[in-house]
Amino acid sequence: MANSKTYKSFGPKAILIEWKPVINLGILNDIIDFRDKIKNQKSGLFLDFCVGYNSLTLLFKENIADFKKEIEGLQEIDAFITTSLKTQNYQWEIPVCYDLEFGIDLKEMSNLSNLDISEIIEIHSNNLYTVFFIGFLPGFLYLGGLDSELFFGRKANPRLHVEKGSVGIGGQQTGVYPINSAGGWNIIGKSPINFFDADKEFPCFAKSGDQIKFNAISKEEFYDLEKLILVNKYQLLKTIIHD
Amino acid sequence: MIKVLKAGFYTTIQDQGRIGFAAMGVPISGAMDLYSSNLANSILNNSFEEAVLEITFGVCQFQFSSKTSICISGADFSPTINQLPVVLNSKILVNEKDILSFGKINFGARCYLAVKGGILTAQKLSSRSLFKNITSSSLVQSGDLLPISLVKAEVKVSNTAVKMNQSHFDSNLIECFKGPEFELLNTQQQQQLFEILFSISNDNNRMGYKLNETITNNIPSILTSAVLPGTVQLTPSGKLIVLMRDCQVTGGYPRVLQLSANAINKLAQKKTGSKFSFISIKP
Repeated sequence: MANSKTYKSFGPKAILIEWKPVINLGILNDIIDFRDKIKNQKSGLFLDFCVGYNSLTLLFKENIADFKKEIEGLQEIDAFITTSLKTQNYQWEIPVCYDLEFGIDLKEMSNLSNLDISEIIEIHSNNLYTVFFIGFLPGFLYLGGLDSELFFGRKANPRLHVEKGSVGIGGQQTGVYPINSAGGWNIIGKSPINFFDADKEFPCFAKSGDQIKFNAISKEEFYDLEKLILVNKYQLLKTIIHD
Repeated sequence: MIKVLKAGFYTTIQDQGRIGFAAMGVPISGAMDLYSSNLANSILNNSFEEAVLEITFGVCQFQFSSKTSICISGADFSPTINQLPVVLNSKILVNEKDILSFGKINFGARCYLAVKGGILTAQKLSSRSLFKNITSSSLVQSGDLLPISLVKAEVKVSNTAVKMNQSHFDSNLIECFKGPEFELLNTQQQQQLFEILFSISNDNNRMGYKLNETITNNIPSILTSAVLPGTVQLTPSGKLIVLMRDCQVTGGYPRVLQLSANAINKLAQKKTGSKFSFISIKP
């Protein structure tokens, strides 16, 4: 294992495993791989698992009687288990309308940088983004892979209302607001896709390790898709990611 | 059915919460004071899993449309049935059309109303706890009809109440463990955490309690990582936030303390302005 880890207790029922504090795909893959190994080896022990940029938190069902012993058990899994049932990851095609009606901060961003609006859109929709984890709100994807040309600081005055589906850039991150929410990101477009629906068998289609491709669509296509999605007649496009 | 005549200030349905959905960013939720909600269920011989009403600061009214037994635990909001006072932490028989009212606050911030067999609103992601964009509403509202179990009410009802340890409401010592980033604090800041008498600001709700006092620091944010109910975050402004049951699943502020399970329950019964100190316990 090239990526060394530290283990910390996190209250009486959780262990926090941390990798070095950088955001990169190698660490993410290592975290997911380790999580899957732990799940396979000791599934009955845990209530839940929480992935962060450089961390994995294991939530135990019971108070942990002996942290040292528990951590040694995890280190053994880390050292000796080489195979695990790998979670299948997908690449998702997410339609986004970057029209100025939705991309309400595009003009300002263009003024603040030396990029035309069309260049901002092109760079944003050309890159492939990786889902690191989901947090902040149900269905809010933390995405890695934003081009450094598109790093724009958060707005000094956050908006009290950002519409569901809004695609934004905040600092070095990009993402989609899954519900109406307050928010300080620069809004560049809007997607008609539901990122969270508690009534679905899988309320959030994406998971850690998946990839997101934003595809630019016109306003007409946006409204057509919105109608299809409302009546559950739109199937998201996905492709299997092979290692 | 329970007909909600007056919903009050902030009434929700809660159970043990949504556990196992952190990967989708779904908060755990559940009763703020699980100790009291579990007590109410156990007095009725209900399973802990049954959903109860969580009533914040009283002033609400409910009418029963069938005979059942109920139990009220947690805060004392002077409950009455048909205007006659009833005892907390005891099994109470109610009849069709009886009206249960809550009024004056005697102690505590949240009270729990359990009914025999539980409240049977729809489950979403294996829980009945109300949460915005997961359940169809996020608050119980006046006029709501809440389905309840139609199990036969027991004929015999004992008059004895379970004695509740009052320190659950009065104690101003909040037990906690050192959080994952505790060691980033210098000695003085660590001492401040345990020496300051903290008070709850008016920015407090089911997601978290912001505290008024400050601990000056220049500790950098962490890369976004898991947070839990009971995690105490230190913000760059020096204010502490104690995360409660509806907290997000991840956060970026340093996690300096982690409350014990029962400390969360105790804090859930405190209100704006309440003062308390953190005391350290070893894992």
